[in-house]
Amino acid sequence: MLDKYLTKPGFGAAVKRERGFLIFILLMFILPFGIRALTGSGLNEGVTKFWQGQLITFFIMAVFAMSYDLLIGYGGILSFGHAASFGGGAYTFALLTKWWAPRFLESYRVMLGSVNISEGIVLLLILLAVLAVSIIIGLIFAATSIRLKGTYFAMLTLAISSAFYILIKATDFHQWTGADEGLHGIPLPVWLNPTQNRFTIYVVSLLFLMICYLVMRRMVNSPTGRVIVANRENEDRMRMIGYNPVTYRAIAFVTASIFAGFSGALYSIWNMSASPTMMSAVTTVNALIMTIMGGMGTLIGPVFGAAISQVIQQFFYTWFGARWPLVFGILFMLIVMFLPYGVVGTWRLQGWKVKQGWQRFLDLFKAKKAAG
Amino acid sequence: MTSDIILEAVGLSKVFGGLVAVDNVSIQIRRQSMHAIIGPNGAGKTTLFNLLSGVMPPTTGQVLYKSQDITHISPQKRAALGIGRSYQITNIFPNLTVLENIRLAAQATGKDNFRMFKLADSFRGYIDRAEGVIDTVGLTGRELVIARNLPHGEKRKLELGIMIACDPELLLFDEPTAGMSSEQVPELINIINKVVQQKERTAILVEHRMDMVMSISDTITVMNQGRILAEGSPHEIANNRQVQTAYLGDLYGELA
Repeated sequence: MLDKYLTKPGFGAAVKRERGFLIFILLMFILPFGIRALTGSGLNEGVTKFWQGQLITFFIMAVFAMSYDLLIGYGGILSFGHAASFGGGAYTFALLTKWWAPRFLESYRVMLGSVNISEGIVLLLILLAVLAVSIIIGLIFAATSIRLKGTYFAMLTLAISSAFYILIKATDFHQWTGADEGLHGIPLPVWLNPTQNRFTIYVVSLLFLMICYLVMRRMVNSPTGRVIVANRENEDRMRMIGYNPVTYRAIAFVTASIFAGFSGALYSIWNMSASPTMMSAVTTVNALIMTIMGGMGTLIGPVFGAAISQVIQQFFYTWFGARWPLVFGILFMLIVMFLPYGVVGTWRLQGWKVKQGWQRFLDLFKAKKAAG
Repeated sequence: MTSDIILEAVGLSKVFGGLVAVDNVSIQIRRQSMHAIIGPNGAGKTTLFNLLSGVMPPTTGQVLYKSQDITHISPQKRAALGIGRSYQITNIFPNLTVLENIRLAAQATGKDNFRMFKLADSFRGYIDRAEGVIDTVGLTGRELVIARNLPHGEKRKLELGIMIACDPELLLFDEPTAGMSSEQVPELINIINKVVQQKERTAILVEHRMDMVMSISDTITVMNQGRILAEGSPHEIANNRQVQTAYLGDLYGELA
């Protein structure tokens, strides 16, 4: 009897469930070709290139915001230090690519048949390092959540991420990290270079968004994911039925940190640089704003939030000049006041009203037609 | 020696600042019995309960479960050992459905908690078990209601459901009828009786309603000011002069 309310297993059912998202990905894939057809500028130049750039930032920030949603929306963990994972991934990638990869490529050549795959191997190793660093950062935050709760915990996460931020800005390491200026001019292989091969990066980021979304969706619907939600709902009760909250919070932190770390690494590929801002509290707050605007605990919400935020950053400056944060602040307040669960969350709760109203309108229209 | 005693407290004390909430309490709970702990407000019943369920550590003393020392074992490990607890203040997962509330508890007993890439709903065993529990506590037809929207009486049933779904051997009920109207109480008593007898479980009950305690328990322990005042069968307790004084105070004395 309950069967139709349960999430159906199987590949077909999963595709059907996520059809909206998959159509969105498909449209996004076609989009550059559409712009090329309309404007006549090639995939890696002119207008097409510009719009791809905008969307790449959106895709990457969407993954970062989703990973934040895993923590705050599903785990009920308010962390102000999530940028540490994002920046950690970015800096791990940037530092290794800049200082270690060239030396490795000088000394070793890995051949697969007649193809030189050294660059691929280096990339893979660096990504593994990003994974390791993300896990470690996730565990650090998980450790702080063992004893602290609520505001105290939020403050400590802020302190930890500030420590990372200060470390990365420290002039002592200027020769490696570039301190305030950040790390610029990361040597990337030609096929991955965002200025020369914009479309490749576009597809990579799009696939990254798709894979991360689907994996995270799977996770939140898994037995582990459901227990993480229980942590949000009632920690004491969870303990009383035999789950250790610390373990599940650690899982939430580490997974969120991994996704954030990889999005950071991709962001540093996309910008060919890593800057201290990526580790600062501002980055966390951006993710928080995206998550709140889109809808906490919906996973697709942060994607919407990232889109809104990208539009705002692109157009508000041209429209409103230096006063744009004021307009944005007002807009954000309006969203929080009138869409308290974010765009997606409020739609899920109140959407039936709109549907009902629309149905009534259609009925009215039909009645009029029948009468006239 | 497999003893008849499932849970034993030895010289248990809990001090909050200057207040001795539980003062050197020793208590033995027999297997498959229904043991009630009663006493006036502030007698230390709930504190004793928190000590038994591991929510707080005792200042001194020991708790033995099946002759094993569990004094310093965390609540989640006690749950795994087979000790379940319900709360006086409704303690559920408010934004999840009734089914999910109970399914989570059922899942806790299995070995699939760390399966991160399989759908939770594809583990039918837990759902079937949850549906069985929902039927037992009388919430059939309410499976998909969000728990916080349930009326109070049904929240209490859900509370019991969550505890039962963990399949504990020893059940700790902290005022299961708290805040319920008199008409709802008999139904809840039936559920408790059914649950306890179903699998030959043991139950400890903290309760205010004397009629309920008298009718369902095998043994009653009366507490007053952190100490055990009397212990015995319902009949013995009902005729205990000391208990009458503690409960009804001087007024009763004057009338008598």
